Amino acid sequence: MEDNHTSHSPDESEDQKNSTRRNFLKNLGLAGVGVATGAAALYSGHIFEAKKEVSGDQKVLLTQDGKLVQVDSLEIKAMEKTGVALHEMEGREGIPGRRWVMVTDLSKCRNARKCISACQDAHQLRPEQYHMNTLQMQDTPGTAPYNMPKNCQHCDNPPCVAVCPVDATYKRQDGIVLIDNVRCIGCRFCMAACPYSARIFNWIEPKDAATHLDQEYNVELNVPQKVGTISKCLFSADRLREGKLPYCVEACPNGVYYFGDENEDAVTNGTTKETVRLSKLLRDNAGYQLMPELGTKPRVYFLPPKNRLFPFEAATETTPEKV
Amino acid sequence: MNMDDNKLTLEKITSDLTHHIRINKGFLIWMGFLTVSLLVCLYAYSIQLKTGLGVAGIRDYVTWGMYLANFVFFVAASLIGMLISAVLGLIGMKWLTPITRIAETIAVAFAAVAGLVIVSDMGRPERLAYVFLYGRPQSPILWDVTVITTYFVLSLLLLFLPLIADMAIIHRKADSLPSWLKPVYKVLSLNFTDNPAQNKIINRAIRILLILLIPAALSIHTVTSWLFAVTSRAGWDSTVFGPYFVSGAFVAGSAAVIIAMFFFRKNYKLQDYLTDLHFNNMGKVLATVSLVYLYFNFNEFLVPGYKLKRADAIHLQELFAGKDAILFWVVQIGGLILPILFMLFRRFRKPLPIMFISIAVLIAAWFKRYIIVVPTQEHPFLPIQHVPQNFIHYSPTLIETLISVAPFILVLIIITLISKFFPVIPLHETARERGIEHIKFD
Ligand code: SF4
Ligand code: SF4
Repeated sequence: MEDNHTSHSPDESEDQKNSTRRNFLKNLGLAGVGVATGAAALYSGHIFEAKKEVSGDQKVLLTQDGKLVQVDSLEIKAMEKTGVALHEMEGREGIPGRRWVMVTDLSKCRNARKCISACQDAHQLRPEQYHMNTLQMQDTPGTAPYNMPKNCQHCDNPPCVAVCPVDATYKRQDGIVLIDNVRCIGCRFCMAACPYSARIFNWIEPKDAATHLDQEYNVELNVPQKVGTISKCLFSADRLREGKLPYCVEACPNGVYYFGDENEDAVTNGTTKETVRLSKLLRDNAGYQLMPELGTKPRVYFLPPKNRLFPFEAATETTPEKV
Repeated sequence: MNMDDNKLTLEKITSDLTHHIRINKGFLIWMGFLTVSLLVCLYAYSIQLKTGLGVAGIRDYVTWGMYLANFVFFVAASLIGMLISAVLGLIGMKWLTPITRIAETIAVAFAAVAGLVIVSDMGRPERLAYVFLYGRPQSPILWDVTVITTYFVLSLLLLFLPLIADMAIIHRKADSLPSWLKPVYKVLSLNFTDNPAQNKIINRAIRILLILLIPAALSIHTVTSWLFAVTSRAGWDSTVFGPYFVSGAFVAGSAAVIIAMFFFRKNYKLQDYLTDLHFNNMGKVLATVSLVYLYFNFNEFLVPGYKLKRADAIHLQELFAGKDAILFWVVQIGGLILPILFMLFRRFRKPLPIMFISIAVLIAAWFKRYIIVVPTQEHPFLPIQHVPQNFIHYSPTLIETLISVAPFILVLIIITLISKFFPVIPLHETARERGIEHIKFD
């Protein structure tokens, strides 16, 4: 497993820094979203320091308390926020303009469980802790059995978020439901409320906890895991931020997963890397959602297990040991 | 009520109702026993604090176990203060006087401890304050915290206000009192001298409290039931959960009051005040609330049982004939139907038999909570696969059991202390009801 992409180390290349800065400015200028903590301070600084180089190019910014201010473009600097606070802020906002979706093609799943191990490695999970778990399903006695990889459905009307007393689990603008394990009080109300059994709990000290002691918490990866708090599938929010596909999607050898952006109406297959129209894929293959009657509005779609070219095999691997 | 009783003098009543206020060997042994047991349970809790909730049997599918059943039970039992004092008191049932304080004591003790029980179920108890710092009003947990606190404060006030007059009498008239206690009572009596103005204020305050207590009490258990009913799981997804829980709560609480009455009567020699009549009437109360509860049970099981939607069918199958069947039927028949049948007969409403019936009802009430909380989670919508055996079926561990016993010990300690240092039966009110109109304070 390459582990580098998970750590946001201070020695990023100068290039990367600049590009973040540019993106940041662009976001501010275009959307005017109220995240510019620095803007107000800059504005007051601007008044007192009369003698200063000016470009004459005035930018209009929205301060955090909702005021519109004008600042010379030369004076705008990216906010100095690092570490947990930055993750926390970005992690709560989501990636602007995106609406992530996943499509799972059940006709291709052979229960290889590669998605599961990639996921468990990335999120420091024990063998019995699943963000993604492939279930052996049979809807009714007369119908064919099939494999169904099941993760958090990132519901648009998420019951887990509604019941959380402290806003430790929340819905972002890009559709992802995340967990903040620095906030979670471990009441497990969200587990009771989730109809898809998507959530897991750190009942004891997480895997290799001792070795991750001074790792900085990344809310988009939910590591290091913490005892007494919740975890679940995060749609690999950290990978999406880097423009990559989720861990499970890339790890599947059988082309089961498509992942992409609903706004662009495009999803990419993790195995073949082929990008297709989301609406067409769902229309042509009779895509459906899991238990839509519950009103949770999942962001994961399934394509029915039809025309399989391999026989269904009951799972043979042994179940994890008692914990 | 027996007319001869009315001839009792204030001195006699005072001494009858306060002679137990002294520290004797029995009390010390009992408290010592409770304290040691509590320490053992606290040790178990310290292990949980160190290791995590994993020391309990709960896992990813059955994620709420004994602790939550315990919580529901404690909230339930605390509701009795409202039934006895507020509902029955406000409609003017005179025979209740000697029972009100017992009911209020039970309400205060259970409500206070319910808050601690829920902490035992938290993965991160040290973050308790987050509920207030970051609380989200959408979450039923927040509603629960609010109403339980409100109810606790109201109950505490309702316990205290009638005590003011009693304290005034005791610190002047009770000769047997340990001398170090008298100044305490004097302070607590707030200079009460039984003048009409004071009585008027206190009576009004009590009336207001009684009225406020009704919505507060209904809320605490309704909201507690919503912790389950707001989910879509079979067995919890129900619209009658509010009244189902409230009526069940009255059953548990009435049983608790009867048991307490029995022991106070015996240990504090209160036979003249807690008479067969009181047990008989409380038996009728218990029978009535049990019948109401039975009615809701029919609704709760018959309606989904008729339709047999897929998830409901699995759930009911497990309850009626599957893994949980024995527990289910013992609780429903032994803890509800049989007691109702027995209590129809006057002879079973005598103190001793009704006390035994109440014990059966109370134990069944706890297991009933367990049946509501646990089996539903063993059958989620999607199959449970590729996990260890102990994730599939929940079985409580020893540590978990000890931690669940701790709140009971705490409740016993609170009830013992309140009843030991204050008259179990309202003194001032009893004196009035027995014809002592104005008490002279010199
Ligand atoms: S699948 Fe469960 S955990 Fe995921 S968003 Fe929906 S309710 Fe929440
Ligand atoms: S367990 Fe954590 S994330 Fe889940 S409801 Fe409780 S506080 Fe929120």
